[in-house]
Amino acid sequence: MTTLAATLRSTVAGSISGPRIGALGIVSLITAALVVAPITAVVWNIFLPSDATWAHLISTVLPEYIINTLLLLVLVATGVISCGVLSAWLVAGYRFPGQPILEWALVLPMAMPAYVMAYAYTDWFQAAGQVQTLLRDITGWRVREYWFPEIRSLPGAAVMLSFALYPYVYLLARSAFLEQSRSTHEAARLAGYGAWGRFWHVSLPLARTGIVAGVALALMETLADFGTVSYFAVNTFTTGIYRAWLSLGDAVAAGQLATCLLLFVLAMLALERWHRGGAHFTSNRTPMTPQSLRGWKALGALLLCAAPIAFGFLVPATILLKLALTDPEVRFGARIYGLITNTFILAGSAAVAAVVVALLLAYAARTVKSPLVHGANRLAVLGYALPGAVIAVGILLPLGRLDNALVAWMQQQFGVRIGLLLTGSVTALIYAYLVRFLAVAFQTVEAGLSRVTPSMDDAARSLGLSPARTLARVHMPIMRGSLATAALLVFVDVMKELPATFAMRPFNFDTLAVEAYNLAKDERIAEAALPALLMVAIALLPLILLSRQIANTSQRRGSDGIDSHASTV
Amino acid sequence: MRQFLARQKPYVNGVLAGLIFGAISIGTAGAQEKLLNLYTARHYATDEAFYSGFSKLTGIKLNRIEGGEDALFERIKAEGAASPADVFLTVDVARLWRAEQAGIFAPLKSALLGKRIPAHFRDPNGHWFGFSSRARIIAYDRSKVNPGDVARYEDLANPKWRREVCTRTSSHPYNLSLISSMILHLGEQKAREWALGVANNLARTPRGGDTDQLTAVGVGECSIALSNHYYYVRLMRSSKAEHRALVEKVHIIWPNQNDRGTHVNISGGGVLKNAPHRDAAVKFIEYLASDTAQAFFANGNNEWPTVKGVKLANPELASFGQFRTDTLPLENLGKTQAAAQRLADQVGWK
Repeated sequence: MTTLAATLRSTVAGSISGPRIGALGIVSLITAALVVAPITAVVWNIFLPSDATWAHLISTVLPEYIINTLLLLVLVATGVISCGVLSAWLVAGYRFPGQPILEWALVLPMAMPAYVMAYAYTDWFQAAGQVQTLLRDITGWRVREYWFPEIRSLPGAAVMLSFALYPYVYLLARSAFLEQSRSTHEAARLAGYGAWGRFWHVSLPLARTGIVAGVALALMETLADFGTVSYFAVNTFTTGIYRAWLSLGDAVAAGQLATCLLLFVLAMLALERWHRGGAHFTSNRTPMTPQSLRGWKALGALLLCAAPIAFGFLVPATILLKLALTDPEVRFGARIYGLITNTFILAGSAAVAAVVVALLLAYAARTVKSPLVHGANRLAVLGYALPGAVIAVGILLPLGRLDNALVAWMQQQFGVRIGLLLTGSVTALIYAYLVRFLAVAFQTVEAGLSRVTPSMDDAARSLGLSPARTLARVHMPIMRGSLATAALLVFVDVMKELPATFAMRPFNFDTLAVEAYNLAKDERIAEAALPALLMVAIALLPLILLSRQIANTSQRRGSDGIDSHASTV
Repeated sequence: MRQFLARQKPYVNGVLAGLIFGAISIGTAGAQEKLLNLYTARHYATDEAFYSGFSKLTGIKLNRIEGGEDALFERIKAEGAASPADVFLTVDVARLWRAEQAGIFAPLKSALLGKRIPAHFRDPNGHWFGFSSRARIIAYDRSKVNPGDVARYEDLANPKWRREVCTRTSSHPYNLSLISSMILHLGEQKAREWALGVANNLARTPRGGDTDQLTAVGVGECSIALSNHYYYVRLMRSSKAEHRALVEKVHIIWPNQNDRGTHVNISGGGVLKNAPHRDAAVKFIEYLASDTAQAFFANGNNEWPTVKGVKLANPELASFGQFRTDTLPLENLGKTQAAAQRLADQVGWK
């Protein structure tokens, strides 16, 4: 291993000028390359000739798709910021009745996939649903004689996605607010700022890197979403990719469209990086003291924080529960247990894999200060914005070839006929999850790592620890909270993931998401409610863990919290 | 680094061993006889019964992956020569045609299948066979529409029905195959005028599935809708009061009975070129054409068996009796599909 690394090191160091990359850098570059490979397979289509599909799309539907996509992004950004930032600010900076519960309950909507929420709300709010029927019964109006907001529309999709995705912003904004020191706020108070003034002029600017990172995650999810927009028949850029690929049978044009999507994301991420710029805040870690709210102010805060939980979790869960309980077709058979086990296997292994890879990449970028390693990391998280089906194809093609080569080689060398080693097992699927969700783990791990002061690295290294041991002995214990958060977030995301699971799972290996989708696709929403609810229930387990961690950090911050510990060493 | 790896080694080895063991067990399972690997885009409650029926009858164990039609197709292509899949079942003839064009099916000459499945429901060269058929019907509000005024697909474009028609999106295969059939029967120019007429008559932006269109007629959002017949039959067979009420209010028509007949599509499949268990695959395909399997297969989704004379254990479906179907060779619909999508995009049928 050392000799191999040394050889590689000398070759790479010889060919690339700049800082030395080292073994860790090389391992991280190779890992990043593996994650980027399926994305490259998609981008490769640019170099292939496509049919007249492009000209057709541009002259007909593409302009509308692009406008819809931009509109959706703006609306979702507005939605997640207003839900996420406001609630984070209230629970972090104030004390009011219900605050300790709201603090963790605000992540609950993460358990509800946006497409499941869409099924539930449509069942209630469409013209034939309970709400409008009740309205007609009361008023005596008839359909088409009154105006009612259409749930299956672009604004409707934006609302669903906002409620499903605001927890990303909430989580990152909340920890950013908690990290702000008391002295900054006291200085602001002395300067004559009131509560709003401090929020606008001090807290918000200080927290903006966290907020922007959260919004970036939410927007990338929005771009990759197909379940919600296709159910609502809102044509977005992703719809265009599917239309080119499936209806027009032009996989090349689909790949080219996907590449455009990636370029857009790359620009968005560059903007985020640029915005983050040199903003490194270090402050003494005396946290601010939360203020107590009373009277109507307390009630207002309570309602503002409770609303996203109600609309993003309680209401859709109740609708689903009612559907599952009242429909005669719904059956709870032994099959369900298999679905639950499979869901756990996939989400669990993907979570572990994603955290390991994210840690490797983030730590390499920290130690190796090389633009090459940094650049590779930026590319490695791009998969988050790609629709799962596009990633699936990007993986199936190269891995399928590799698999076939392996089969032929084993046959030739040993006369054994093996099956498909990668695409036939869960390996390829876990790989796909890694490509798709690495960004979630990476953002969290990187943020956690950045809170460990660089002087700790120097101290550990000067005591003779290798980079790997420094990571294992110093960083990992300090940032175990971030690692756990990253694992839990990926777990929940993988559990809800659909298109890649649908395309790549092994024989007899259905998951709850697959079951729910199969039934919903066949227009049996009531029957889909049971697996959907179970999925929500399972997602609650890791979210409760996450919530406990949230409760812990708020209790012990300032006393023996991780951050203050780090700064005193 | 070395120490770091050394510490992780047992774990790494464990994972590797697990992977290799897993792969070999998949591999050896693939090499054994008495096994059939099925990739299917169908998913119905009655499927279990008819799969286990096959295993009981032949002693062949059945592995399956139920997935999206197009995702499974891509997967078979990517898996190539080493693919474990023996049989691919999917819905929509355009997809069957595309699969055949991609060369994933192996031709199958079977006297039994040739005899049982009518020629217009299978590929002339035996690449794929249709096992159940579904009709594209027109549903209408009994209180507002005289059935004689919507007796043909052409009537949907009549300006009289401005803001009265509901359909799902044009990119859905059920609509694409209908538009393809219009192109084949009327020619591209006339078909475009028709599609434009339909697009202008839409009461709302296309959204939802076929059931949503039927519900929309029921609640009064529109008075005419396009749907596949089995969604209507499912409502007829439902025990829910609201579904009964819907069926009472919304009736259906078999379009174009006095000329070319109602447009039908199929669900079907074939034996794959790289099937590791070809014998079992052939047995399975022939089983699908047997009386028992046909009844189960079709009944699972309230479709018609393609084999003539199979007794329907489905009184609601049987109550429709015989009707004239469009006998256009189905594979032509596949060839025309891309043209149909372009046409729909041009006229603004979303």
